[in-house]
Amino acid sequence: MLKGKKVIALGERDGIQGGAIAACARAAGAEVVLEKTYCFV
Amino acid sequence: MAEGLDRDDVVVLLGTPTEDASRLYAMTVTSGDPSWAGALAGVALELPVYHVTEDAVRAEIAPEDYDEHLALMTMAMDVDAIAGAVRGVREKTV
Repeated sequence: MLKGKKVIALGERDGIQGGAIAACARAAGAEVVLEKTYCFV
Repeated sequence: MAEGLDRDDVVVLLGTPTEDASRLYAMTVTSGDPSWAGALAGVALELPVYHVTEDAVRAEIAPEDYDEHLALMTMAMDVDAIAGAVRGVREKTV
């Protein structure tokens, strides 16, 4: 499901941050094309 | 940007902390922003969307990567409710 796919990683500061999602996706063989961490405070 | 990608090659992964936020994000990248407040209001991208803690995603992440990057935050989340919310949105659109 992730290997070879282009991943859009939408994280949130109070949850899991975009960088953490992107690191896991890359390690699983995906290409991360967008990585964001949103904050609503 | 998403409109320039082949939908079959793209996966959106969410890291949202709550059921409601997860549903909102998932709807935004599938049927369009339900709050009609942002640029994706009325834009149905119909992208496949998963929460990063869902079993289907977790199965592809090495345990050491999961432990390093995700495990701590998931302890503070209702991952079952979040998975249900995102799955519900996904199954309506995919």
